[in-house]
Amino acid sequence: MRPQITEKIAFILLFLATLTILLPVVVIVVVIFAHGLPAISWTFLTQAPTMGMREGGIFPAIVGTFYLALGTILFALPLGIFAAIYLTEYARQNALTRWIRLAIFNLAGVPSVVYGLFGLGLFVIFLKFGASILAGSLTLAIMILPVIVTASEEALLSVPESFREASLALGATKWQTIWKVVLPNAIPGILTGAILGIGRAAGETAPILFTVAAFYLPYLPRSIFDQAMALPYHLYVIATQIPNIRMDTKAGTALVLLILVLGMNLSAIIIRSRFRRRKKW
Amino acid sequence: MVDSASARENTEGHISHQIRSEASPALRGPIKIQAQYLNFYYGKVQALRNISMEVPKNQVTALIGPSGCGKSTFLRTLNRMNDIIPGVRVEGKVLIDGVDIYANGIDVIQLRRRVGMVFQKSNPFPFSISDNVAYGLKIGGIHHRAEIEEIVEQSLKDAALWEEVKDRLRGGALDLSGGQQQRLCIARALAIKPEILLMDEPASALDPISTGKIEDLIGQLTKQYTIVIVTHNMQQAARISDYTGFFLLGELIEFDRTERVFTTPSDKRTEDYVTGRFG
Repeated sequence: MRPQITEKIAFILLFLATLTILLPVVVIVVVIFAHGLPAISWTFLTQAPTMGMREGGIFPAIVGTFYLALGTILFALPLGIFAAIYLTEYARQNALTRWIRLAIFNLAGVPSVVYGLFGLGLFVIFLKFGASILAGSLTLAIMILPVIVTASEEALLSVPESFREASLALGATKWQTIWKVVLPNAIPGILTGAILGIGRAAGETAPILFTVAAFYLPYLPRSIFDQAMALPYHLYVIATQIPNIRMDTKAGTALVLLILVLGMNLSAIIIRSRFRRRKKW
Repeated sequence: MVDSASARENTEGHISHQIRSEASPALRGPIKIQAQYLNFYYGKVQALRNISMEVPKNQVTALIGPSGCGKSTFLRTLNRMNDIIPGVRVEGKVLIDGVDIYANGIDVIQLRRRVGMVFQKSNPFPFSISDNVAYGLKIGGIHHRAEIEEIVEQSLKDAALWEEVKDRLRGGALDLSGGQQQRLCIARALAIKPEILLMDEPASALDPISTGKIEDLIGQLTKQYTIVIVTHNMQQAARISDYTGFFLLGELIEFDRTERVFTTPSDKRTEDYVTGRFG
């Protein structure tokens, strides 16, 4: 075959592959917007479901997802940052830290339903938290820890070594150097990772299935030991367990969840690009 | 010859008479730093070989030599900045005011506050100008605002930067020019009132005018500080230093008064280097 022809074929093939990837994203967003937008109303966003969840709104699920995201980040962020600081600033780079990194890396590949079962066993049953916001948040926190540790490590490593040297040469301790110089300059990168992590946590169903999610709650959760409704699980419930529910209620719920997660990803991107523009070293 | 340095040795008996290796000239005036049979290893690679050297107080001592000769490594042994590199090993002693800084129980934090350092590439923190200078004070436990402001001003004046930045102390340090940034780093080092100032090629990344300012500044600072400066630039060493040490392949080949090193060096290798035959 003539090289010009193979060149053309290669181009078309590669272009089609890219297009194929883009297609589902566009279709999902378009379909969900088209069907869901009519369902969105003040009532939908601020009222509890009524009539066996066929009418009313999804307010308890939004609140539940918000609580879970908050709880998740409260546990995962400090733990993840501290572990990342230990790994990048304190630990010697030897076989042990390589194994730790490998373990964290693999944690990211564990299926989310396994996290759910783990949370059920450890938090709900063994530690007797019951199905609760506490148990759900802890389970989600463990799930997103790899994301946060990895992002934090990268952010810490991107702070120039010369800053650490300057600080140490002025008689600062290692911790003072980390606290006053390294961490403030790593925060935007850490935040980016954290937001991406919460975005993932907010959208997951399997980990909350056994640990917190309520099929239907007539009230908002009143403590961390209460169950809560959550958007992804609510969507699963109305899509599979409630017959004769209107399409736009399902699509509306999906739309709210989608906007929530995409919004978080977008804010992570904005923080990152702002930081890139601002930094001068 | 009985000068004050050897008188000191007699009174402080733990300093042996062997210090005066051939490379160390008899110095007039008090000694601030003494390296004794110093060996330094990066893993298995030996970077310093049996360095013995006496750095006189309140003088400028220049360290010259080709790249990789160990002069920067030697400089960093003086405030133990090499400690942060994994896998390094030090043998021998470095005495500052007669005390071995590698002895057990030496507080490295305290040492580094006495021995300030300015790096090759200016490295101000991405804070404001005044926060940069105040950094060492704050981590040292000084939080009194008026006191900090006073020291910040004095340090910037001492670093010949005050006139240029006095109206924008709250402005970002990274907005300054390269030469200003390096003087800011000097001001930052001076703020904690060290006794010794180590400078690792402080002007190598600067234009000639900024370099001239730094050199003038070094001349000023020697009244209060003992300065050890690593430089690649032999004219610079000749211009600003009182003493010069020539390093080659980890050894201190020659150490003497600067004019002697540059005019009548006693070692052939020194002569070859300062006359530009290699390096």
